[in-house]
Amino acid sequence: MERRLILGVESSCDETALAIVDQGRYVLSNCVASQAHLHRKYGGVVPEVAARNHLQWFPILLKETLAKAQVGFEDLAGIAVTSEPGLIGALLIGLSLAKGLAFRLQIPFLTVNHLEAHLYAAELNEAPIEFPALGMVISGGHTEVYWIEHWGKCQLLIETRDDAAGEAFDKVAKLLGLPYPGGPEIDRLALQAEPRQDLFPVSKMKDGSLDFSFSGLKTAALLEIQKYQPLLETHKHRIALKFQLTVIEQIKHRLLEMMRTYHPTTVIVGGGVAGNLALRSMLQMEVEQKMNIRLRIPVREYCSDNAAMIAGLGTYYFTRGKHSSWNASAFPVDRIRREVIKK
Amino acid sequence: MITTSFVLTDEQQTFELGTIVGAQASPGEIWNLSGDLGTGKTVFVQGFAKGLGFSGKVTSPTFALQNIYPCPTIILYHFDWYRLLTSDEVEALGWMEWIEKKGVILVEWGNKFKNLFPQRTLSVEFEMVSENQRRLTFLAMDEEQSARIEELMRCWPQ
Repeated sequence: MERRLILGVESSCDETALAIVDQGRYVLSNCVASQAHLHRKYGGVVPEVAARNHLQWFPILLKETLAKAQVGFEDLAGIAVTSEPGLIGALLIGLSLAKGLAFRLQIPFLTVNHLEAHLYAAELNEAPIEFPALGMVISGGHTEVYWIEHWGKCQLLIETRDDAAGEAFDKVAKLLGLPYPGGPEIDRLALQAEPRQDLFPVSKMKDGSLDFSFSGLKTAALLEIQKYQPLLETHKHRIALKFQLTVIEQIKHRLLEMMRTYHPTTVIVGGGVAGNLALRSMLQMEVEQKMNIRLRIPVREYCSDNAAMIAGLGTYYFTRGKHSSWNASAFPVDRIRREVIKK
Repeated sequence: MITTSFVLTDEQQTFELGTIVGAQASPGEIWNLSGDLGTGKTVFVQGFAKGLGFSGKVTSPTFALQNIYPCPTIILYHFDWYRLLTSDEVEALGWMEWIEKKGVILVEWGNKFKNLFPQRTLSVEFEMVSENQRRLTFLAMDEEQSARIEELMRCWPQ
């Protein structure tokens, strides 16, 4: 098959990332300037947000991304870049890089939605998704469920009213004295706890909406932590487990309701929190085994922010004749609309 | 310095107080909102945005660092410095430019880098009194700010 190489550009938040993907599916290189990456390469401790100096890291990453894929600029057929949602200044750096390269190389570029790309990540190195699908993005900044007829036709069903799930993990981890990011740490601690099933209250909206809410859970965990003086390791294990079980219970409750209402062929779960092992096993049990619905979760490398998912989704649009114009802009908010779908 | 405290019985009251403060906000106002996790800072901002006439969703900006809400007559800039480690990082996010804009700025965890605020900044400290109760303390540094807080108290029914 003829190669069709697309460069993906991602800079919506902390991660600076570039990737080259063939046919929208086969990842040739996937480079993320994470703290670890910078630490290894340049020595010294890199503050979390300094890793967001996208402008500084893009040129270095670009060389690395091409070298790893063993290709040159002349092999690229197009460039896909995240344009929403995210921190506006950060997005604009990626967008400017994409436009500049596309102009110089005389190839097309197009902008894609970061959240749709998190779901597309499930197709990387794997078979196409069978639609219609329910798509859930759970990360440090997002907790949303979409109804997807096909790529390009996504509608927002529910979202968080306050904190994102990953944010709750990070904040409770910090209260427990654990390092950032908190998700893997809580996952690890919960495994050491004596197995119990007790939960914090699972939040439900007064207006009957299925929207998520994690702010009250964060406060409940805080109050429980304050009860123990001193806070022993066994207390920490127990609180980590109870907190994690409650997050998972809330996700399970919303997802089961959604599956019963919408009857999807596939459920896709993407975003950094989708790497949580306890969550993954709950999903396998509830979605695949009990409901007999296909479950697609990206491998962990493609759950957290990366550019392979951007290149992949971009390829899908390129092959359907789409591209962006030079005046394309970036947007801080997700413009996928919330709509009522009658079922 | 004059301090004025409000003891609020639940989350709804924090939201309502925010709504009144937001309804009285004028362009160029900057608010430093400080207090521990779970003391109601984001809820206050949700109410504040409603007071400015914003009908959309307002969520925690901890991860995004900054959310922008276009309200009918004014733009609301919602910052969160929880994750930031040094004042250089705040400045790298364009802070000095944002504070020159004629919008309203609300900063969660502002006390982390107090010296970055201009003199006209208004401050609120959030504390947890009990599981549901919260205490919000408004700090007025000059007469203009005192007047702003007094106006707020006149509109607060409790």
